[in-house]
Amino acid sequence: MSIENALFELRRLDELARQDTPLHRLDARAKVLATVFFLISLLSLNRYEVARLLPYAAFPWLLAVLGNIPLAVLFRRAALALPFVLMVGLFNPLLDRTVLVHFGPLAVTGGMLSFTSIVLRAILAVTTGLALVAVTGFDNICRALGRMGLPSVFLVQLQFLYRYIFVLAAEATRMMHARSLRCAKSSRPSLREYRSLLGCLLLRTLDRAGRVHQAMLCRGFDGSMPGYGHTTSFGAAEVRFCLVCGLYLVAVRIFDLPLLLGGLAGGLFR
Amino acid sequence: MHMADALLSPTVGGVMWGATACLLGYASSKLKAEKDDSRIPLMGVLGAFIFAAQMINFSIPGTGSSGHLGGGLILAALLGPHAAFLTIASVLAVQALFFADGGLLAMGCNIFNLGFFPCYLAYPLIYKPLAGAVSSRGRLMAASLIAAVAGLQLGAFGVVLQTTASGISELPFSSFVMLMQPIHLGIGVVEGVVTALLLGFLHRVRPELFGAARPATASRPLRPIIIGLALAAMLVGGSMSWFASADPDGLEWAMAKVSGKEELHAPEAGIHGTLDALQKRIAFLPDYNFKSTEEPEAVPAGNEGNTPEPWPNVAVGTSLSGVLGGFMTLCLAGLLGFAVRKFHAKA
Repeated sequence: MSIENALFELRRLDELARQDTPLHRLDARAKVLATVFFLISLLSLNRYEVARLLPYAAFPWLLAVLGNIPLAVLFRRAALALPFVLMVGLFNPLLDRTVLVHFGPLAVTGGMLSFTSIVLRAILAVTTGLALVAVTGFDNICRALGRMGLPSVFLVQLQFLYRYIFVLAAEATRMMHARSLRCAKSSRPSLREYRSLLGCLLLRTLDRAGRVHQAMLCRGFDGSMPGYGHTTSFGAAEVRFCLVCGLYLVAVRIFDLPLLLGGLAGGLFR
Repeated sequence: MHMADALLSPTVGGVMWGATACLLGYASSKLKAEKDDSRIPLMGVLGAFIFAAQMINFSIPGTGSSGHLGGGLILAALLGPHAAFLTIASVLAVQALFFADGGLLAMGCNIFNLGFFPCYLAYPLIYKPLAGAVSSRGRLMAASLIAAVAGLQLGAFGVVLQTTASGISELPFSSFVMLMQPIHLGIGVVEGVVTALLLGFLHRVRPELFGAARPATASRPLRPIIIGLALAAMLVGGSMSWFASADPDGLEWAMAKVSGKEELHAPEAGIHGTLDALQKRIAFLPDYNFKSTEEPEAVPAGNEGNTPEPWPNVAVGTSLSGVLGGFMTLCLAGLLGFAVRKFHAKA
């Protein structure tokens, strides 16, 4: 991913997180908890499960719909994140050739099932993670993690990093622009150029860190990030949200919903 | 290189998150103890630097491919292991949250693989002794190269262990190792060369940077290593014990796959298995429900002597004890670190 694209994607999620919907207004801890529970419930399923994964799609879908997040954003990212999973998962159909199910003439092997399962898991996990960021926002997630016990030094680091990504990525983009204007033919820098480019960027980075520290001291930095915006509390709405999500996730983990529905439908036709 | 949620079982993900959380706490407490305010903006800005640097690719001479900086080692060399660990963890967290690199559950694994190994093993045990105090260009290059390769090899091995222990991928351990280690040998060499070039550059233009960073990190070199090693031993032990029990399982799996078909059709089996799952938290183990699907007729002639009856209990027992043991050792390691810190504070 080029720097410009990465910056664009960061800003896009940030903008989505700045919306004002009931889901956005929920305390971030509730959304983080629900997402963690979703991941545990989803990933603990047996590796040959495919149909049982489908009811889980309700959770990211609910987040996207309630939070007014375009599904295209989520799916595009999910596609970008797939390659490593595909590389590892592709071996499953090759290695596991035990036939498990017959659909008429089509024999489905264990490997095919587990490969489909891996891809589905990846899509579900990735879209849910992105939806969480898009309905919560990075600062709120950091604050929630802090209230859930993560060390404050780490949270300050996270928030610092996030602020300076934009500054330094813009700096790197300018350098790359300058380079491409001067050598239009070669698209990628050689190792020598790379060293000079990164070395200069590193020097500028270090100087900037010094200036930032001075500025922070002038404004009375005491080791913690000042919060802005209103702080939310874990109230009735949060409990309700966690309860609904939790019950649904427990239910789809225990009961084979597609099978039950299929059984019901079969009963209707019989 | 990034571990993904889809390949991970909740138990492995949880255990690795536990280990990573302990390390984060440890590194944070060390940094707090140093009381060096200027380190905080430096960490933030360097993290952003790594983030930006990872998006600039250069072409590797002689091949058609490209490489970029990973960053763990250079951060450790500039900031010291604790600050470097927190910085790389924050970079990975932003990547996981915004770019879905890896995933939320896999973040523990990724921070451990890409943070712990370069910052707490490769840097203090390989880079520092080799590079020495006043390093020449050659020594710097050799130290960076070896440390980067070692760190990435360990990280790649971590990915292999975590994937195998999770049991979602079908890739056997040996072939996965043969796939991952050589690739990461190449990546490690690139990382080492880039790190050495950058450090050499900084040495030339900003020598005071290295002079200033040294006393803070070299004051008590042994303690982080001991605690780090204890944690690593626990983790490797934990995952290896799993893995040892996964080997016979592979045979059993092949057998159970035949009967596994029934599980897909019979609702009782599913509900039975999952109720079992709720009863015991260990049900998050990937192989839990083969105990309900095991059928006597699925056992081939050669193996029935010892496996069918005792195996499931043994497997559940060992994984449970593995998890419990892992958590207990983690707690012990945490207590140990705490005790050492208290002791030092008094002394």
